[in-house]
Amino acid sequence: MSGLVLKDISKRFGDFTAVDHVDLSVPHGTFVCMLGPSGCGKTTLLRMIAGLDEPSEGAILLDDEDITPIPTHKRNLGMVFQSLALFPHLNVGENIAYPLRIRGVAKEEQKRRVDELLQMIHLPGYGDRPVAKLSGGQRQRVAIARALALSPKLFLLDEPLSALDAKLREAMQVELRQLQQSLGITTIVVTHDQREAMTMADTVVVMNGGEIRQAASPVEIYRNPADTFVADFIGSTNLLELSADSARRATFRGKPVAGLTLPAGLAKASVSIRPEDVHLTASGGDAIDGTITFIRDLGGTIETFIDISGQNVVAVSTPRARPDVTVGQKVGVVLPAEACVVLKQ
Amino acid sequence: MKREPPRTLADYGPLLFPAAMLTVFFVVPSGTMIAVSFFQRQQGGFYTPAFVWSNYERFLSVFFGNVLGFSLMLAIAVAICCVVLALPFTYLLARMSRRAQVLWLVGLLSVLSLSEVIIGFAWSTLFSRTAGITNLLVAIGLMDSPKALYPGFSAVLTGMVYQAFPYTVLVLFPALVRLDPTLTEAARTLGSSPLRAFFNVVIPALRNTIVATLIMVFIFALGSYLLPQILGRPQHWTLSVLITDQAIYQSNMPFAAAMAVFLVLVTLALVTLTLFLGRKGEAA
Repeated sequence: MSGLVLKDISKRFGDFTAVDHVDLSVPHGTFVCMLGPSGCGKTTLLRMIAGLDEPSEGAILLDDEDITPIPTHKRNLGMVFQSLALFPHLNVGENIAYPLRIRGVAKEEQKRRVDELLQMIHLPGYGDRPVAKLSGGQRQRVAIARALALSPKLFLLDEPLSALDAKLREAMQVELRQLQQSLGITTIVVTHDQREAMTMADTVVVMNGGEIRQAASPVEIYRNPADTFVADFIGSTNLLELSADSARRATFRGKPVAGLTLPAGLAKASVSIRPEDVHLTASGGDAIDGTITFIRDLGGTIETFIDISGQNVVAVSTPRARPDVTVGQKVGVVLPAEACVVLKQ
Repeated sequence: MKREPPRTLADYGPLLFPAAMLTVFFVVPSGTMIAVSFFQRQQGGFYTPAFVWSNYERFLSVFFGNVLGFSLMLAIAVAICCVVLALPFTYLLARMSRRAQVLWLVGLLSVLSLSEVIIGFAWSTLFSRTAGITNLLVAIGLMDSPKALYPGFSAVLTGMVYQAFPYTVLVLFPALVRLDPTLTEAARTLGSSPLRAFFNVVIPALRNTIVATLIMVFIFALGSYLLPQILGRPQHWTLSVLITDQAIYQSNMPFAAAMAVFLVLVTLALVTLTLFLGRKGEAA
C-alpha cells in the first residue's frame, strides 16, 4: 500500500526497551499525532522514521520501499525539531534555502521557492532578517517552511509547539492542520498535549511503555477508548468498577445501571463514562444515590463532584443545563448505558 | 534578566582585588618594560634612564624583520594546526559518555603538567636517529634505515602543537558541549551527509569560538622560546628566543625590552585585525 508502514519495530537501549514491537500503517496524506506521556517511546519512534535512530528490529516502508537502511539525508523528509534547530549563522531566507542549496538548486530557483514559502507561512519580506530577531511563533513558521522546502514525502514534527504560549499554540495548531490539508502531505506529529492531537489529527496514536495502546480517529479514541490508560489519558473521565449480576446486568455499588449488560464471562469490568454524560436527577427511581461534595463553576462549564458510597464521580454540564443543586445535597445519578464504555483489563 | 549598572563607589568594591592584582603584576611590569626600552645601555650590563630611539632603530633591520616574520608565521601555523586537529577531536569528545570524557580530559591535562624543557627533550629523543620513532618504522619494514627528524621546522612545529593542543581542547570543549546536537540532525534531515553538516553547520555556528581559539593559541605560541632552540636550527629561532638571548646572555635589557614591546604591538595589531574582519564577516 502507498504511505508509511512500520513493521514490528522495536528499539532497545541496553536493557531498556523504548519501543516494543510496534506496527502502524499511515496512508498517504494523513495527519497522525503520536500521543503519550514522556518516556513512552513516541519520540524514539519518530526519530527512527527520520533515520536518526536505527531500529533494533523491524522495518520501515515508504510507498512499498524498505527505507530502513537508507541514511537520513537520502530519505526525502522534512522534520521540525522541538528546539527548532534553526541555523544561527544563517538568516531566515538562507535557513529556508539550506536544503535547496545542499541539493544544488540554481540560485534564482532558490529565491523563487523561498519567496513562495515565506508567502505560505505569512512572513513575506522576512528573508533578510536574522533568526535571532524573530518571535517564537515566527521561528516556528520558519522551521516549518525550511522542512517543507523540498516538498518532502514525509513531514515529521517533534513536539513542535511546546515552546509557544497557550494562545499562540492553539492558533498554530489550526494553521498547521490547514497547511497540511492544502499540501496533502503525510504528517506525523509527536505531542504530549491531547488537545493538540484532537485538533490536528486524522489518526491519534496513543502510546505508553513503548507500545501502541490505540490508533484511531480522535472521536473514536474519545468515545471508545480501548483500555483504562487511553480512557484516563485522553480528556478526563470517570473510571468505575462495575460487577455483573446473575443476568449479566451491570451493577455499580449494588445498584443496577439501567440498560447496561457486561460481556459474557466478565464478572467485573472497568467502565469509562465521560463527565458530560453523567446526568443528575432527583434521588430515587432508577438513579443511583449520591451526595454532592463540591461544585466548581468555571463560567463556561460547571463541574459537580458527587460521592457515591466512597467513589467520586464528576459530572459536567453547561450553565444552561445547570442542575439546581448545592453541596451536601442528596441527588440521583444517571449513567446512560450508551455512554458507558467497557474497557479491556 | 537585566542587571543594574553599578552606581556608587561601593558597587565597584568587588573589583578592587582584581584591579590591584592587574596593576601590580601587569601594568607595573609592562610600564617598566616600555620605559626600559627607551633607556640608554651601558657597557657591562647596566642601563641609565634616558629617552632614545636607538633600541628600536637597531631592530629595524632585515635580519630582525625575517625573525619577526618567521615567528608570526610559526605561531599562525601552530594555531591553525591545533584548531584543525582539536576541532574534530573535541566534537567527538563532547558526544562521548561522561566517563570517557573525564579520562580523555585528565590525560590531556597531564600534558600540561610537563614543563617545556621536558617536552622539548622528549621529542628530541623521539626524533633522534639512534633512539627515535624511525627505528620503529625500520622494525616494521616501512623504512630502510633510521634517520634523524630533528633539528628542523617540522620538529619545532610538532613540539609546539603538542604543547598547545591541550589548551586548544580545553577552550573548545565548553562551546562544543553547549552546541545543540539537533543542529546537525536538522541538517541531516535536510539532505546533508554527517560530514557535510559538520562543515556547513557546526563550523559556521562555532565561528566566534574558533576565531577566539586561534588567537589564543597564536599568542601562546608566540611566547615559546625553548622548543625552537631544542628542536630547531638557528634559522628556526623565534623573536622570543632572541629576546631571551639579549636579556639574559647579552645583558642588553633596553634592546630586549624594545623587541618585546614591538612584538606586543604587532600581536595587538594582528588580533585587532582578526576581530575586525570577524565583525565584518558577521554583518555580511
